[in-house]
Amino acid sequence: MALKTARMTEELELFGCIQCGKCTGGCPVARKTTLNIRDLIYHMMVDSDMDLDTHAELWDCTACFTCVERCPKDVQPAELIIALRGELVEGGRIPETIGTALMSIFRQGNPSSMARQDRDLWAEGMEASLEQAKQAAQDGCDLLYFVGCIPAYDNRVQPVARALMRVFESAGLDVGALGTDETCCGNEVRRMGEVGLFEMLVEENGEMLRNVGADQIVTTSPHCFNTFKNEYGLPDTEILHYTQLLAHLLEEGDLTFGGSLASEEGEKKVVTYHDPCFLGKQNQVYDEPRAIIKAIPGVELVEMDRSRERSLCCEGGGGRMWVEGTNLEERIAFQRVQEAADTGADILAVACPFCLLTLEDAVKVQGLDEQLRVMDIMELVDQVLEEDVPDASDQE
Amino acid sequence: MEQEPRIGVYICHCGVNIAATVEVEEVAAAAADLPGVVVSRDYTYMCSDPGQALIKEDIRAYGLNRVVVASCSPRMHEPTFRAASEQAGVNPYQVEMANIREQCSWVHKDKRQATEKANLLVASAVAKAVHLEALGDREVDVTPGALVIGGGIAGMAAALDVADTGLQAYLVEKADHLGGRVADLNRTFPTLESVSELLPPLIERVQNHPNITVFLNSEVAQVNGYVGNFEVSVTGAADGEAGELEEGTIKVGSIVVATGYDVFDPDRLPEFGYSDYPNVITSLEMEERLMEGDLTVNGRTPERVAFIQCVGSRDKQLGNPHCSRVCCMYTAKQSRLVREMLPDAEVTVFYIDVRTFGKGGEEFYDDARSKGVRYRRGNVSEIYRKPGEPERVILVAEDTLLGQPIDFEADLVVLAVGMEARESTSKISQLLKLPRSADGFFLEAHPKLRPVDTAMAGVFLAGCCQGPKDIPDTVAQAKAAASSALIPLIRGSVPVESATAVVSEELCAGCGMCVEVCPYEAPALDQLWRVSRINPVLCEGCGACAATCPSSAIRMQHFTAEQVLAQVDALISS
Amino acid sequence: MERERPGPGDRPAALIVGAGIAGIQAALDIADAGFPVYLIEREPSIGGRMAQLDKTFPTLDCSSCILTPKMVDADQHPNITLMTYADVDSVERDGDIFHVRVRKKPRYVDPDICKGCGDCAEACRMKDRIPSAFDEGIANRSAIYVPFPQAVPLVYTIDPDTCLYLTRGVCGRTFKCKDACPADAIDFEQEEEFVDLDVRAIIVATGFDLIDPETQPEYGYGVYPQVMTAIEFERLSDASGPTKGEVFVPEVDRRGNTVVGDRKPEDVVFIKCVGSRDPHTGVPYCSRVCCMYTAKHAHLIREKVPDANITVFYMDVRAFGKGYEEFYDRVRHERVTYRRGQPSEVYRRGDRLVVLAEDTTLCRSPGREPIEVEADLVILATAVVPRGDVAQVAAALGIDRSPDGFFQEADLKLRPVDTNVDNIFVAGCCQSPKDIPDTVAQAKAAASSALRALVQAREAVPAAGGPAERW
Repeated sequence: MALKTARMTEELELFGCIQCGKCTGGCPVARKTTLNIRDLIYHMMVDSDMDLDTHAELWDCTACFTCVERCPKDVQPAELIIALRGELVEGGRIPETIGTALMSIFRQGNPSSMARQDRDLWAEGMEASLEQAKQAAQDGCDLLYFVGCIPAYDNRVQPVARALMRVFESAGLDVGALGTDETCCGNEVRRMGEVGLFEMLVEENGEMLRNVGADQIVTTSPHCFNTFKNEYGLPDTEILHYTQLLAHLLEEGDLTFGGSLASEEGEKKVVTYHDPCFLGKQNQVYDEPRAIIKAIPGVELVEMDRSRERSLCCEGGGGRMWVEGTNLEERIAFQRVQEAADTGADILAVACPFCLLTLEDAVKVQGLDEQLRVMDIMELVDQVLEEDVPDASDQE
Repeated sequence: MEQEPRIGVYICHCGVNIAATVEVEEVAAAAADLPGVVVSRDYTYMCSDPGQALIKEDIRAYGLNRVVVASCSPRMHEPTFRAASEQAGVNPYQVEMANIREQCSWVHKDKRQATEKANLLVASAVAKAVHLEALGDREVDVTPGALVIGGGIAGMAAALDVADTGLQAYLVEKADHLGGRVADLNRTFPTLESVSELLPPLIERVQNHPNITVFLNSEVAQVNGYVGNFEVSVTGAADGEAGELEEGTIKVGSIVVATGYDVFDPDRLPEFGYSDYPNVITSLEMEERLMEGDLTVNGRTPERVAFIQCVGSRDKQLGNPHCSRVCCMYTAKQSRLVREMLPDAEVTVFYIDVRTFGKGGEEFYDDARSKGVRYRRGNVSEIYRKPGEPERVILVAEDTLLGQPIDFEADLVVLAVGMEARESTSKISQLLKLPRSADGFFLEAHPKLRPVDTAMAGVFLAGCCQGPKDIPDTVAQAKAAASSALIPLIRGSVPVESATAVVSEELCAGCGMCVEVCPYEAPALDQLWRVSRINPVLCEGCGACAATCPSSAIRMQHFTAEQVLAQVDALISS
Repeated sequence: MERERPGPGDRPAALIVGAGIAGIQAALDIADAGFPVYLIEREPSIGGRMAQLDKTFPTLDCSSCILTPKMVDADQHPNITLMTYADVDSVERDGDIFHVRVRKKPRYVDPDICKGCGDCAEACRMKDRIPSAFDEGIANRSAIYVPFPQAVPLVYTIDPDTCLYLTRGVCGRTFKCKDACPADAIDFEQEEEFVDLDVRAIIVATGFDLIDPETQPEYGYGVYPQVMTAIEFERLSDASGPTKGEVFVPEVDRRGNTVVGDRKPEDVVFIKCVGSRDPHTGVPYCSRVCCMYTAKHAHLIREKVPDANITVFYMDVRAFGKGYEEFYDRVRHERVTYRRGQPSEVYRRGDRLVVLAEDTTLCRSPGREPIEVEADLVILATAVVPRGDVAQVAAALGIDRSPDGFFQEADLKLRPVDTNVDNIFVAGCCQSPKDIPDTVAQAKAAASSALRALVQAREAVPAAGGPAERW
């Protein structure tokens, strides 16, 4: 499939590139695939045509945006990949699994080919709380909780959503929820190149969110957080990731922890934290998750070497949840969990549903599940949360 | 206006530049009929000797007291015609020019319209000439001395040049020693001369020079006055050896600013782990180690040393889009010295471009490579610790010439940190009203033709405070600043704009609006008499105050309301 | 015309050899401080190389617009004596004084009478036949000429190498130029004149030459008309140049002469480092200004030919000065493609050219191949080299030269304008290649050094201030 490069090169201002290589240099997948973003930019500049069919590696990009964060000439290399994917999408040349996910989002509002009406099932055991929240959203609430597709449907991640609800209640927050009206935020949709679908989601979701009129929206997933904050154009609403909200509640004293995760002998649980790309690198939220972990009694926080700005992408973003990529054998997640294990940590804490799934899978495959457990921060919080809400019945 | 105006009008052909588009004879003939005009001529080249002779002869023969020349831009030849007229006895400020070249013949094609426009321009100039007044040329005396702010190599070089002519130089330095940043260096490129040989003799010469007074541990607190007559107050200790301050004030005629630069803080690029890893250091720290002769890190001699260029430079995202100019050379220097000290070490420089442009620079780069320094093209993305070998780090980069990402192991990493505008100079910037360019460094008056002058008369720039540069260019620029600073000091006086604004004290209401609007701080309210007085030396004749004054108390000499309105009348009534 | 100047009297004076921007700036500084300056220029006009330039980087100021006011200032300054079409014949040192003998070459035109009207050049039999050095051979002139219309002084000069009368002893029955001249300014009896001057300081500001591109025959200069040098391009681009600023692809006419055509280029390729950084066929040093002027040229082409494909081949992009990197960013954003790789040769394919190079950042698995870029205009950035007569000048003054051939400064760091001879200084490109800001700074530095000598020599005679110089 041939692409005439001139127009896109001009629109994306690729001529700003000086071919310094900082983008490819820092690209996590460049080491294991033929994806070379610098080279792609160069070809766009010097060739008049590009044959997209010979670039299967375009689907390897995880949209971690390390290249965008580091480019000294503000070229935004990853946007080229997204634009090229867009061409492929329009030409109908996409991996089947991505096509399926996109179609599912279009039809059922989630990528997992699950029915829309099953979206509320995550609230098992907390149905009343959810109903209350849905009513609050109708009436107008201060805080809207956007659950997200993966936390809603994936039963490994559903406990995270439930734990969050319990936190909201514990802190006495006026929280609303959209229920089965909630539809995929589209962050991955844009990054997979499906511009039309993304624009539709922005319009429809945007309207729905504005109608609720909440002052704040809090998300489970950094992906939803990222797109609402940076791409939706909701200037009157404060968009928060749950770590930001919780850190704030802790600071204000509206949330307290009781109990301890330490063993009976008093041995603290050693926890290391993995910065998700969409929370850390892209939105500079580094300190709040750590503040929460440190506030949990009986926990010792150790840092991996590649933390914060240098956190190693789990390879879950950019559509990679739905496509294997060109190199199945070496997974970055393997390297990552090994690094976590090497810190001597008992728990690898995450704050993103994609990281949770990919890293946990890596732990299993690498046979590290005896020594290292992958948990979302909410799952840790849930264990020490002081609950005083009468109608919440716990599952975890 | 005491005299009856007797105006001579001269229309220049400028070869064919004007005559090809404007009917110059016609314009001269039309001008002859204008009120006040006694004689009107046209000639091929008015600025030439014969052309000027025409003017002079007519002044004598016809008793002219005003001259109008319609020719090129006054920026070309106003001084010419003023001087010629003055020689024959007409006050130079009673000469007016009409620009019928740049503003007429050069920009229009239609001869008819161009000629008519030229007629209007000439009529307008003549109308103004009727009202022109004689003004005197003004010169102010100059205090024979220069202040140099900053005792680095730029400041010292400027001070020496001033002092060597026999004039007094005052050198104010914030730190407790002279030498600035060069004092922190080991060897200098491209000769590899040691700083310990280069700097002390220079410092000694400065300290022992009979015409230089050095103030260490001192800062400039206040600057008053104007070119030729600055009064500067300096706070801090005066170096007992070098002299004393009288009431803390120095009087000088010129000021040279040589305040240097700041070094980029590598923590602003956290992906390099500068604060995390002891084996990631800056180039300045490397200079120290090279001076001490000790390159051990983590207790071992490094086997693999890597240099990373452009740290904090050429980076729009950081807000430092500029090139820091010296890093390619100093990296070539350091890398080559490391190879000499550690012949078994692998030394690699990661670069984007190699900017070894100076005299001897390219040869120096060739030399470094011949000594075994490897140059790899790729801007390093991040550094992390090698798992299992914590004394080693891994540089994450792409070698763009191989087209492959690499994970490069190193024992010691040197960040070639760039130069930034010195933050502490915001105070000097305010005191001296020095504007800055987009990159934050001080702005010179014109990038090409006035590289050391500033918008403030009598204040000059030297060295890295104006922009990153190496020692040869710094010294050259410092000497250039000295030259500019010396001119008024050697002349003994400084010419001052004659066309300045004057306040009529009877009309002045003391409102102070003129003070607010003046960019040069020329007007000041006299607290006792409640009127504004304009310092004719500071006034640049921009006219903002005259336009603002609600009491019409301010007269803009050479551009009075009377004159300008006469011009407008001439333009619209024809 | 050269006017009468008040003599220096007892005031110590300086001599400046070379009246390009370096010489002019140094002269102005010294003169403003109140000392007399003799400004000697070999060519008929002052202005040097800067007068040949169109626009200057990075601000894109028009070169003439910023130069000519300085030329006029130099001409008008009461303390500056211009001696154009003159060179230094000998220098003798006598204690602190230099006895300089200046040779004023005969113009065969009386400078006090000539008004610069140009009728002589119109009438000359050799009109439009002599390649103009100022226009780098792109345009022609007469045997009697001014190098450019804004020349200072505006006095015509007869070229002794091409005037029919001066070379062959005959110019028909009458001299066409003499007949045409309304002021009777032409005088074939004029002889060279020697003027003896005593000065206290000498500044050498003799500028530079550019390497002959035929030292790199692989680029086809002189063989293919579409290959030109950057300075030739500069003349083409100049609005007051031979084509009024239009960029046309040169062609070969029926007589085999290379002429400026009338077709605009579609594909333009710039090749840098032609001769520079090349110890084997050229010079080992970097010429310092080419990366920036090439970016500027690429910008100018983009302005004049909006749809052209513009490629710049490079090894490094040395945009090091104030505002230079930002200018480089701007030029790339104007869709100028920078490709890393030094072209190996230029050859012809049909009526177009092909530039052969390896693009060293192109990654094409499994292997890399060299690329061929088609062009209809190739512009070479030729190396800056010392002037042809630098050896004689050095010998006459007794100053040393560096291994690269330029004049040697006493100490690269601390005495960048001094030479091995006391009170002889250097400024500008004759010391090493540099751009205009660095040249002006160095010229002022030389002035500062010269002022020291002059003030010391002044003794009891006070410095005379002249009328105000425009600040």
